[in-house]
Amino acid sequence: MAVTYRDWLLDDSPSSRLQAGLGRSYRVSMALARNPLAVAGALIILTLILMAAFAPWIAPYSATGQDLTNRLMPPSAQHWMGTDELGRDIFSRIIHGSRITLMIVTMVALISAPIGLVVGAVSGYFGGSTDRIMMGLTDIFLSMPKLILALAFVAALGPGIENAIIAIAITAWPVYARIARAETMTFRDAEFIAAVQLQGASSTRIILRHVLPLCASSTIVRVTLDMAGIILTAAGLGFLGLGAQPPLPEWGAMISRGRNFILDQWWVATMPGFAIILVSLGFCFLGDGLRDVLDPKQENKQ
Amino acid sequence: MRISAATGRILGRLGGAARFAAVVAFTFLGLLAITFFIGRVVPIDPVLSVVGDRATNEVYEAARKAMGLDRPLVVQFFAYVWDVLTGDLGQSISTGRPVVQDLIRVFPATLEMATIGILIGVLLGVPMGVTAATRQGSFSDQIIRVLGLLGYSVPAFWLGLVGLAVFYAGLGWVAGPGRIDFFYDGMVDPVTGLYLVDSLIAGETEIFWNAVSHLLLPSFILGFFSLAYIARMTRSFMLDQLSQEYVTTARVKGVPEWKVVWRHAFYPIRIQLITVIGLSYASLLEGSVMIETVFSWPGIGNYLTTALLNADMNAVLGATLVIGAVFIFINKMSDVLYRILDPRAR
Repeated sequence: MAVTYRDWLLDDSPSSRLQAGLGRSYRVSMALARNPLAVAGALIILTLILMAAFAPWIAPYSATGQDLTNRLMPPSAQHWMGTDELGRDIFSRIIHGSRITLMIVTMVALISAPIGLVVGAVSGYFGGSTDRIMMGLTDIFLSMPKLILALAFVAALGPGIENAIIAIAITAWPVYARIARAETMTFRDAEFIAAVQLQGASSTRIILRHVLPLCASSTIVRVTLDMAGIILTAAGLGFLGLGAQPPLPEWGAMISRGRNFILDQWWVATMPGFAIILVSLGFCFLGDGLRDVLDPKQENKQ
Repeated sequence: MRISAATGRILGRLGGAARFAAVVAFTFLGLLAITFFIGRVVPIDPVLSVVGDRATNEVYEAARKAMGLDRPLVVQFFAYVWDVLTGDLGQSISTGRPVVQDLIRVFPATLEMATIGILIGVLLGVPMGVTAATRQGSFSDQIIRVLGLLGYSVPAFWLGLVGLAVFYAGLGWVAGPGRIDFFYDGMVDPVTGLYLVDSLIAGETEIFWNAVSHLLLPSFILGFFSLAYIARMTRSFMLDQLSQEYVTTARVKGVPEWKVVWRHAFYPIRIQLITVIGLSYASLLEGSVMIETVFSWPGIGNYLTTALLNADMNAVLGATLVIGAVFIFINKMSDVLYRILDPRAR
């Protein structure tokens, strides 16, 4: 057979949207695979996802089962990361905690990125006073201290994972609005937009079908880079007792419990910290790699 | 009649300043709107917390009226803005004092820590960034990259705990949580509220060194995060400059390398650096919330988190407002400085 899958994927004149889309993903992943740090990041995140999906099968012990005869045991062959003040296996709790971390970052991304994209695209597409008002509001949110705002929102809404997610999402969207607007401005006067307008497409249709898809890649880069910050904020809320509530094995809350034992039983507080650092680094690596491939001009805008 | 060029320029500058002032005013108003909104969505009924849940309907209504909660929301908002402008942030239910007084009392502690933190960040971060840029790909360059990434991925509160375990409990190099050993507490007159300054004014060197030893660890941890950011930005600004043709010209002319780096390449980026330093100083105030909680540092961050756990909403909103306002102020000031110093931005 002369035509391989690779040739089909890299075809210069794809015959369908699907082929073009797959071809692009193939090129992006090939470029990523040449960057060792990006590969490391992708592997870390893949591990996180697998850990979250199969937590009950991977974890050697239950996340909440107490064993008071074995409290505060140092790391050993039975308990790789030791046990906490209720005799729970810290390694198992970290594995179960990956579910909470993954859920928080996914939910925040799913809430804040679409809001930001729509605000930015509408603002950039219509321009004029719509643009001035919407971007004025965005800038006001953008110049607020994020962590403090999230804290105040959670204080008002009450502690808990759902409220923590809402609070973080409220403070995360303005950046995406800025990016989507900047992207939209670069092609709002392009001929393909004029062509769709002449065909009589409504503004809603143009924005949803033609503007937003073009803003996607720079937003994806930014979301990936922001993940580390989201994880840290969520862990911080957990640490202050405002995020996930006990006995949930949220990593920040686990560090907060370990605070009382930090001087003698260091492993209780340090182990969940390593998990947070590793996952955040994973997102940073992958984000840096994605940026180099998809959006090289963003280099210094972290 | 034509306006002369000079008058035109001055008018233009004034117009720019007016627009800038309007933007700042609107940003502050936005901050107030957010804190007002947060105060309104609190599930705790402010009237019930005053009259108790056994009050009759008449008493409840009377209290509601007395507290001004029966007025339209817009009127309430402007009343709130007026209160804030006249320095009234309400009473704290946990300390029983006006929130403004509490904030004035705790602010110097945060200011002292954040200032030392930013000094560490600048004094170490800038040279590190410059070195990394001049030796691209070298060992020191790799270290900057790793530090930069760690700055984005290490939780500040965790680093604080580990720091306490290692340097206080393990090695005994620094003093533990708090601003000063308790037996020194209250021995110096609070003139500025900054212990380093106050103890020097009083001539108490022993207390000064005690305060330094308490300040060292939290400031270094706070400073680490600004160091990571400042070094990273310095590196990329310097790389931009070093690839310019005038740098090559200077080298060809035989200018010594240190002079090429520090005089020719560094000089133009100092303005960009001011913005970066301003931004990271502002974010240090925010970062101090976590660090202060870990180190029991009696500053505004600790005040905020204590208030959060006691559901002391007046104190929470007051602290949010002050941190937010300082944050916005520093941000906008570094913007102004940039415009004044960089002729291209005028």
